[in-house]
Amino acid sequence: MATAVPLTLLSPVNAVGRLTLGLMALVGSLALFAFRGLVASLSLPWYGGQVLRQCVAVGFMSLPVVGLTAVFTGAALALNIYTGGGRFNAEQIVPQIVALGITRELAPVLAALMLAGRVAATIAAEIGAMRATEQIDAMRTLSTDPFRYLVAPRILAGIATLPLLTAVADIIGIAGGWLVSTLSLGFNPTLYARATIEFIEPWDVTSGLIKAAVFGFIVTLMGCYHGYRAVGGARGVGRAATRAMVWSGVLIFATDYVLTSLFTH
Amino acid sequence: MKARAPILEWRGVTKRFGGKLVLDRLDLTVAAGRSLVIMGGSGQGKSVTLKLALGLLRPDAGKIRFEGRRLPGGLRGAQQRLYRVAGVLFQGAALFDSLTVWENVAFRLINADGLGRKVAKAAALEALEQVRLEPAVADLYPSELSGGMQKRVGLARAIVARPKILFFDEPTTGLDPVTADAINLLIVDLVKRLGCTAVSITHDVGSARTIADEIAMLDQGKVVWRGSVADLDQSRDPAVRRFVRSGARDAT
Repeated sequence: MATAVPLTLLSPVNAVGRLTLGLMALVGSLALFAFRGLVASLSLPWYGGQVLRQCVAVGFMSLPVVGLTAVFTGAALALNIYTGGGRFNAEQIVPQIVALGITRELAPVLAALMLAGRVAATIAAEIGAMRATEQIDAMRTLSTDPFRYLVAPRILAGIATLPLLTAVADIIGIAGGWLVSTLSLGFNPTLYARATIEFIEPWDVTSGLIKAAVFGFIVTLMGCYHGYRAVGGARGVGRAATRAMVWSGVLIFATDYVLTSLFTH
Repeated sequence: MKARAPILEWRGVTKRFGGKLVLDRLDLTVAAGRSLVIMGGSGQGKSVTLKLALGLLRPDAGKIRFEGRRLPGGLRGAQQRLYRVAGVLFQGAALFDSLTVWENVAFRLINADGLGRKVAKAAALEALEQVRLEPAVADLYPSELSGGMQKRVGLARAIVARPKILFFDEPTTGLDPVTADAINLLIVDLVKRLGCTAVSITHDVGSARTIADEIAMLDQGKVVWRGSVADLDQSRDPAVRRFVRSGARDAT
């Protein structure tokens, strides 16, 4: 006869089991949602007007915040590299390291984080409110697939506009470094610019833009996913907005590491 | 007289939420061209019955058929066919708040039927006129309208594509008695004029009396009584009698 195991001993196992099942369910539903979103983005019919509207909301409206972040980051980076470089008499590497840091890492990551704060939460709140007020149900009964009308335009806008925002952040970030270096660190403006242009390689910029496209997908996907699955009225919408923002941030850093190691090898 | 073939039918439909049994082997049919009102208290499964037919929920067991074809039935199946010929008025109207009134009404025409904005706007204005709304409201946003006006816009959106079947989810909930009466009469008028089938759910006896040809009483997830409006007062079913009594109290 089998010996009965006390229930108290099983409770940690139960907890781990429940957590694992919950995580698997989350990954599964997110993967299915992403697949449906991608299929809707890549197949007809496209709602061109919606895509354009989202490009403006996601990309154009994020320009000021991304620009401001980039200029201050570039300036602070230049000061830090100057201090660090000074410890082994290598202050002259400021233009090269600022350019490398901005294009390969900081511009795509910071632009994506700004987008996560500004856009992921907004998308989740918008779609969550539509879910709570039966607007998504109404859309289905009006023979319109909400994935094509709501999700696909936002994902396309994220993929298309974050690389553009990153390109702008590249320029503004490097300009921020140039400004602080020439105004307060004593660098010659022309020599600084020449050092940057001569050092930087096309792949430095391209790899950053590829990262940005992936981050754009992640941010908009998180907004749509959490908004679409929002339950429980206004409280549920608030929770969805917070989750979209937090998960976007975590996934941006995790994906950044994976992409950087892929690009490095 | 030969009975009309059902256009919509629920056969042995069961639905649970967690451990709670909401629909218990529900059997219900709607004949073409008739107006059926599903009546019942809160939590008796009225909305679930409607949402199952609209493909917004999936049944745990049983079958739902539209024009003899099982729902949902794949990508281009019966559900899509139902969407193409149905109009739905949601409880809170469910208007898209980022679109103007006419864009809401013309949503299906522009996004599903591929009509140009000019033609769609003309059709939307005509639908607004049918629900007795002035053309001046066409360019307003839903948040600028009263609850009764939002319901009328929802009604215009439901009828704009000349549907074969109309669904009304609690059409008078949240409205004052005068506006509720106006909406009820509008529904009767539109259903007659369009010659379509209507399926409504309500807990308002007065509303049911006005818009129904037939009433089905839902209690504990089952149809406990079904009959014509004229038979409602003679019913001996306790659930129906409770409802009729409460309706009479509300009316006085």
